[in-house]
Amino acid sequence: MSDLSRAQTFDEFMEGIWRQNPVFVMVLGMCPTLAVTVSAMNALSMGLATAFVLVCSCGLVSLMRNIVPKEVRIATYIVIIATFVTVVDYVIQAVSLAVYDALGAFIQLIVVNCIILGRAEAHASKNPPITAMVNALGMSLGFVIGLLALGTVREVLGAGTLFGVSLFGANFQPWVVMVLPPGGFIVLGGWLLLFSALKRRKEARLAAQEGGHGA
Amino acid sequence: MTLPATSPQATPASSLVKTLGIVSTVCGLIIVGAYQGTYDAAAANRRLALERTVFKVIPAAKTMAEWQATALGIRPAGGEAVAGATRFYATYDADGALAGIAVEAGAKGYADTVRLLYGYAPDCRCITGIGVVAMKETPGIGDKIVTDKAFLANFQALDVKLNAELSALANEVKAVKHGSKTKGWEIDAIAGATVTSRAVGKAINDSAQSLLPKLVPEMEKLRKKKS
Amino acid sequence: MNATTEIRSAPHIKGPRSVEQIMANVVYSLLPVCAFFIYQYGLSAAASILVVTASCLFAERAFVRTGTQAGSLSDFSATITGLLLALTLPPGFPLWMGAVAGIASIALGKAIFGGIGFNVFNPALVGRAFVQAAFPAAIATYTPSFLAGRFTEFIPSSLAWPLMAPADTAAWLKAMQYDTLASASPLARWKFEGFVTPAWDLVTSLTGHMAVGPSPLLIVLCGAYLALRRFMDWRIPVAVLGSAGLSALLIYAAFGTRFPDPFFMLFSGGLILGAVYMATDMATSPVTPRGMWAYGALIGVMTVVIRYYSGLPEGVMYAILIGNAATPLIERITQPTPFGKGASIQARRQGSYTLHPDYISREEAGAKTPKKRFLKNKPKKP
Repeated sequence: MSDLSRAQTFDEFMEGIWRQNPVFVMVLGMCPTLAVTVSAMNALSMGLATAFVLVCSCGLVSLMRNIVPKEVRIATYIVIIATFVTVVDYVIQAVSLAVYDALGAFIQLIVVNCIILGRAEAHASKNPPITAMVNALGMSLGFVIGLLALGTVREVLGAGTLFGVSLFGANFQPWVVMVLPPGGFIVLGGWLLLFSALKRRKEARLAAQEGGHGA
Repeated sequence: MTLPATSPQATPASSLVKTLGIVSTVCGLIIVGAYQGTYDAAAANRRLALERTVFKVIPAAKTMAEWQATALGIRPAGGEAVAGATRFYATYDADGALAGIAVEAGAKGYADTVRLLYGYAPDCRCITGIGVVAMKETPGIGDKIVTDKAFLANFQALDVKLNAELSALANEVKAVKHGSKTKGWEIDAIAGATVTSRAVGKAINDSAQSLLPKLVPEMEKLRKKKS
Repeated sequence: MNATTEIRSAPHIKGPRSVEQIMANVVYSLLPVCAFFIYQYGLSAAASILVVTASCLFAERAFVRTGTQAGSLSDFSATITGLLLALTLPPGFPLWMGAVAGIASIALGKAIFGGIGFNVFNPALVGRAFVQAAFPAAIATYTPSFLAGRFTEFIPSSLAWPLMAPADTAAWLKAMQYDTLASASPLARWKFEGFVTPAWDLVTSLTGHMAVGPSPLLIVLCGAYLALRRFMDWRIPVAVLGSAGLSALLIYAAFGTRFPDPFFMLFSGGLILGAVYMATDMATSPVTPRGMWAYGALIGVMTVVIRYYSGLPEGVMYAILIGNAATPLIERITQPTPFGKGASIQARRQGSYTLHPDYISREEAGAKTPKKRFLKNKPKKP
């Protein structure tokens, strides 16, 4: 029984990272994904801020799931999410002003990130707190991975650095387009292309296997 | 069988209000807690960031005080802000002598407003350094105003003397095209980044034209370090 | 019966011409232009053309091999993209950036739309727009033409290591005792210094050390060959140049000294090359005759507006890309009237006609049909 539940928990956790990855599979939360991923550090901070909001609000929503009448559930979720976004906003200001300036309005905009409200509505309001938080943690990790995938490529090409560490020496020619908005779209498109190509190849292989069994 | 699914379990209004009230109270407490917990650290961060920029513009500075210039004259900032007042920062070196004055200025660049801080040295009546506070200029071209050594050399002693009546600058500060600087009040623009260079010139000119006539006559007030 | 059905990309014109034939002729007509470019800038220009074209061909081959699109290297379309792209880049553009531009043009401009015939934008210009956004400093660095040692040594910036910044061209020119001002393109010199290069110098591009592309005169001649052999529609270049010249003339007449004369507008920058070779790309320009005029006029006006009123010195590239984007719309609203509709209805309403003999009885066969009149002039009863 405990093995089974552990397996289920692991499944909940992995869902957000791979099968339902918010960036590459569900293509949610595109606003921060495109806007703040000019460097890996920004991407990581944004991902962690979103992760904090996601996990905390999913936990609270799940705790309250039996006492909140469904007529006011969306209002409640939004209040809860906005609370944790405000907390994150203060914490980032206290920790690093540079990160705060780099992320700009996108911290406050976590409120309207559809990953969070989507998780609260679709998962946390129907599951016990532990499950909800594990699922939220998986989702946030998936989001962090997505942001980092964009952020690293854009920083390496756009500035020749990774987390601020120079990779190619002082003479590197930065690809300016990568730190501009079009770069976000191009890199995101590249990753989506890669993932859909992988998916298609996997499906083709499965189909071939089944075909083989049938014959 | 065809009854609407919601009608039997309609929640009473009092219950809805109660729930929202509880949620709002809990959330309010969390927010206030976070605000109180982080206020000092955030304020310290802000001050540090400002000081770092000011001290970069005026390297000799060790401490600073915030002032504001109004139509009536200059006075230490603090208390209520006067409408239309310009803020500036008087800085002092290790001995408490006036090291220079840092002023924030801004003008429209290629992409957005270029906001910068410049340091004014009262003794040579010139600008001794600039630092960019915020800009969105094209990386690789416009942002050379931060890195280009030849361009920054313009601001080692940029002439901003006032005219005889102390009503305006004696000579307008202006960015001229690359390689044609001849006078002390001209800024040699970066080749290929003319628009941004001009914005820097305009920002300094606009700010100095309005602030220095108020500031210079009362320079003595600033000489002494406020304890 | 051994006929095979071949599925082809647009244009679906029944005729003796194939896509390959058209494309090959465009390549032939581009060869003199490339030769002139090499004559102007020597080794660096030759290397740039080779590398850019090779990277386009390489990318084309790679994408066709994925099995997602038709096309082959022998249809010459990637070759045209490469040659045109190389001609729009500065001769001293670092070769590795040229390769990036070539790959970007095929990947972003052509492959993602589904290959030859499906592209919405001119691939060469997409590639150029990409490197313009990526390397704004390098793409604005021109060198004067006809330098003494151009056939024996490279412009140093050409040979930058991949991913590394190019050498400083200004310092190199200074060491060779050339005026650094001459290395700015005529449009940039006008925009930032108010200096208008004489139009005749621009037309031949043969005199002095100027940072200009191949001679507009030569390009027009090569384009005329294509137009005369009907490999290209003459309306588009005429519309582009006409509207650009006209709007420049109007602005010149209205504001005079602040703006250069219309000849400078026509012969500077890449306007002629763009009008003749890029705006006329078959997949991305309208097929309706009226649409061609509208499309060309849009490009011409946009070019003038961008050159005069934006921060950029050159606007042909964005103007053509905007024109490409407007092409489906232009085609929709300029559909020609199908045969049998339109004009004939009006004729029937207004004109007089004799009754069909079958409807006329024998007695009335000699009778004259009264002219049909509507409300305008009602016959008054006597």
